[in-house]
Amino acid sequence: MHAMAQAVSLSEAIAETVHDGDSVALEGFTHLIPFAAGHEVLRQGRRELELIRMTPDLLYDQMIGVGAARKLVFSYGGNPGVGSLHRFRDVVEHGWPHPIEVEEHSHAGMANRYVAGASKLPFMVMRGYSGTDLVGHTNVKEVVCPFTGETLTAVPALNPDVSIVHAQEADRDGNVQLWGIPGVQKEAVLAATRSVVTVERIVDQLELRPGGVVIPGWVIDFVALAPGGSQPSYALGVTERDNDFYREWDVISRDRDQFTAWMEANVLGKVAA
Amino acid sequence: MNAASETPAVGYDTGELQTIVAARSLAGKRSCFIGVGRPSTAALLARMVHNPELVLVYESGTIGAKPYRVPLSIGDGELAQTADFVVSVPEMFNYWIGPGQVQVAFLGAAQVDRHANLNSTVIGDYDHPKTRLPGAGGAPEIATGCAEVVVIAPHGKRTFVEQLDFMTTRGEHTTLVITDLGVLEPRDGELTLTTLHPGVSVEDVQEATGWNLKLADKLAVSPEPTEHELSALRELVSR
Repeated sequence: MHAMAQAVSLSEAIAETVHDGDSVALEGFTHLIPFAAGHEVLRQGRRELELIRMTPDLLYDQMIGVGAARKLVFSYGGNPGVGSLHRFRDVVEHGWPHPIEVEEHSHAGMANRYVAGASKLPFMVMRGYSGTDLVGHTNVKEVVCPFTGETLTAVPALNPDVSIVHAQEADRDGNVQLWGIPGVQKEAVLAATRSVVTVERIVDQLELRPGGVVIPGWVIDFVALAPGGSQPSYALGVTERDNDFYREWDVISRDRDQFTAWMEANVLGKVAA
Repeated sequence: MNAASETPAVGYDTGELQTIVAARSLAGKRSCFIGVGRPSTAALLARMVHNPELVLVYESGTIGAKPYRVPLSIGDGELAQTADFVVSVPEMFNYWIGPGQVQVAFLGAAQVDRHANLNSTVIGDYDHPKTRLPGAGGAPEIATGCAEVVVIAPHGKRTFVEQLDFMTTRGEHTTLVITDLGVLEPRDGELTLTTLHPGVSVEDVQEATGWNLKLADKLAVSPEPTEHELSALRELVSR
């Protein structure tokens, strides 16, 4: 057990936790996607990352497209409601900017892998995968129930080197509360060796909300203030999902040069928060 | 509902008819799992016209969502704000979907075979795909957890194929496949044409299907959309 989370700048939090070659999970299921933190990882020039996320979304499309990934672990690689993630497609279909390893699962499989990771168990048991072509292309095994003899599927624990999530607020001791769609953020933080939480605001005291998820400061390494840090995703009650940008990304990301120019102008060339 | 609202509508398109037929399939159902796009529109229409108590479940964890607008993503803020309750992704799959607490699922796919197995992973070879699709998402466990699976897909030879390029999702719980040409239902484990949409011929459907399609002994014709259904649908999508 370590001390309470330290409140630091976003650039310091990323510099302290994310290194070349790390396995990194930036979670947030459509809601609370930690874009600001991911962009800071790119500005610090990190490479050879194993990027883990249930839904790569625009953030991993960007990180893959600039060449930061060596491997992608995921379960749904689309632009929700819009269509393809073009940088993800380009790397798989054409190996641009360089080929990466891909490991894919179902949502249920990824969720259970985080549960196993948070539980510090080697695997979780579920019904799934059997009879599909996923079995031959991913990392699952059959396991026989010792009580009933039923054949089930074992999915291996996910224990990222670093997990990064975004939340609405933290208090001055680094205790975090998020609300709205909670995704797998708590599991991702508890499963990881190191963790960073970016927040919309820092308050004197958390006011517990119905349905709110609290992550105590003593399981978090760093908390960094990043207002608007999940845009164009959103933080319920604070920012709105920028659905227009999700549609625009379909155009920006289609062409390699246009993508590269956009990233340079809007992410890489910006000064860290 | 007054008599006028039951009047058959004129001037609808095949996509509207497909959505309306999908919405009708939710009459009398308790709960439905839905993704984005046409399935979401159909489920919201069902709540407006046929089944106001229908519980909508989105995989983002929002159970009992009552969105006013058709959401762009499965995680739009309005879904969480209008839900009866919101759960984490592990809880969604382990407590609600896997054990079959959600009755019906609406799914789409890039490819469908004669056993209603689905491909949403790749077109072409897995290691060197012609087209990389988004992947499994929630579909495999939704399709085996929910008792009744309704597939909603455009009817064409690229979609209704003899052989899937990749089997992402198993089809044995599929009860209906609703296309823009008609409705297929499993008979002895094989999808069989049971209903034609108005103005569509058996030849049209066979021509758009990549295998030799079995036909029901007696083919039904989908009732035309009523004025009530069509005006509700158009009002919904204009919001």
